[in-house]
Amino acid sequence: MKFRTLGRHTREGGKSVWRNGWMTISAVGAVTTTLLLVGVFLALMLNLNEVASNIEDDVEVKVLVDRTADEEDVSALESELESIPEVGNLDYSSKEDELNELVDSLGDQGKAFELFEQSNPLNDAFIIEPDNPVEALAIADEAESLDRVEEVDFGEEIVQRLFQFNEYARYIGLGLIVGLVFTAIFLISNTIKITIIARKKEIGIMKLVGATNSFIRWPFFIEGLLLGVLGSIIPIAAVLSGYYYLYYNLQDRIQFDFIELLPFNPFAFQLAGLILAIGAFIGVWGSVMSVRKFLKV
Amino acid sequence: MIEMKGVYKTYPNGVTALNGIDVHIDQGEFVYVVGPSGAGKSTFTKLMFREERATKGSVNVNDYNLSTIKERHVPYMRRNVGVVYQDFRLLPRLTVYENVAFALEVIEESPNQIRRRVMDVLDQVRLKNKARFIPDELSGGEQQRVSIARAIVNRPQLLIADEPTGNLDPDTSWEIMHILEEINAKGTTVLMATHSQEIVNTIRRRVIAIEDGQIVRDEARGEYGYEI
Repeated sequence: MKFRTLGRHTREGGKSVWRNGWMTISAVGAVTTTLLLVGVFLALMLNLNEVASNIEDDVEVKVLVDRTADEEDVSALESELESIPEVGNLDYSSKEDELNELVDSLGDQGKAFELFEQSNPLNDAFIIEPDNPVEALAIADEAESLDRVEEVDFGEEIVQRLFQFNEYARYIGLGLIVGLVFTAIFLISNTIKITIIARKKEIGIMKLVGATNSFIRWPFFIEGLLLGVLGSIIPIAAVLSGYYYLYYNLQDRIQFDFIELLPFNPFAFQLAGLILAIGAFIGVWGSVMSVRKFLKV
Repeated sequence: MIEMKGVYKTYPNGVTALNGIDVHIDQGEFVYVVGPSGAGKSTFTKLMFREERATKGSVNVNDYNLSTIKERHVPYMRRNVGVVYQDFRLLPRLTVYENVAFALEVIEESPNQIRRRVMDVLDQVRLKNKARFIPDELSGGEQQRVSIARAIVNRPQLLIADEPTGNLDPDTSWEIMHILEEINAKGTTVLMATHSQEIVNTIRRRVIAIEDGQIVRDEARGEYGYEI
């Protein structure tokens, strides 16, 4: 296609956007609403995923060795644990190490525990990092069945709940988004239909004098694209400014150190790009539907 | 050059419009197509620019076989055929100049070419001084001249006119006929469906009469042949 022709198609598409007035506003409004929700949802989802995977990375299984076990038992247990296929990394931590860690983790209060140094109530332990965090449960089960194991610990519940919440949120959000995307596509295709009907005579003459079908179709694709892109302006602005505020003002007030938001740059810009792409997709798809149905060229 | 062999046309609603047409028209001929309303004249002309497709038989126009032509070649075939209707079919918001230029813009001619050819053709139909008017500001005859200008601005080999004088008074009709004759004199084949006895009997040319979907008469320098 010649550059001049592209200019003409763009002009024609733009003219229709302007002339369709309220129809344009409703189609753009639908795209805007959809993309706002998509933006908020994506920001939430991707951050939740990040949090979940941060926690996942910390998942470890702690196997407490029976207090009556002697050195031989411990080394036997070590080799048994090592033979569990899902085990990634295996560390031994004596009860003295365990006590030190406990004392350190409690800070000043922990000093009270220093009294136990003579008669340490803790167990020797093996700390296992699974190859894949999801396999923590399988490892725990297997380890529990071994001799000389007193107890097996892992942050099972938090992780499981987080995964589950994440999953529900994903399905509900996806359902909502798909519904909204379809509504937006439908509204856009209706808007374009109006343009096609309004230009019926013009299209008839174009066909008569030998305009190619793609030449006739192009302005309608551009109109759809414009509607989609116009609809993405407000959501992009909202996502950029909202995330900026969240990242630079609220981050400090969030107390838990395992919650860390994805950095504003590049995340917010990637999100903006994605919103633009989805808007363009909705617009073009809406116009493709209309053109196929109503423009028998 | 137009050649039809054993052409039948039945519409999806069951109406048979053409019932075995065989015809040969040479390049540069001027042909009237006459016959009662509903006899198949319109269908006959529509077959020649693939507005309609023959149900059976072969239709050849210029170098295209319209029975087998691929959909994507149709636009290029139409650039060699100009069409003029009784109701002009101009775009009301565009000026005379823009209406004619439109036909060249949509086939992606260069702006220089468009300017030159539109002015040439407006000169040919004697509307150069009305280039900036919109159709509503023109008389019926002038509007028909705009539509003729649009049809021939592509320099087609064939000009099809479906009752071009149907909406016009006698004086204006003659004006249109003179323009069509001039176009024909330059080598363009002109095919004109008409109900005007006066025109056919005055400007004597080949006459093809169609009745009930068949050619019942085909005479060089023929007459209208129907009572009014």
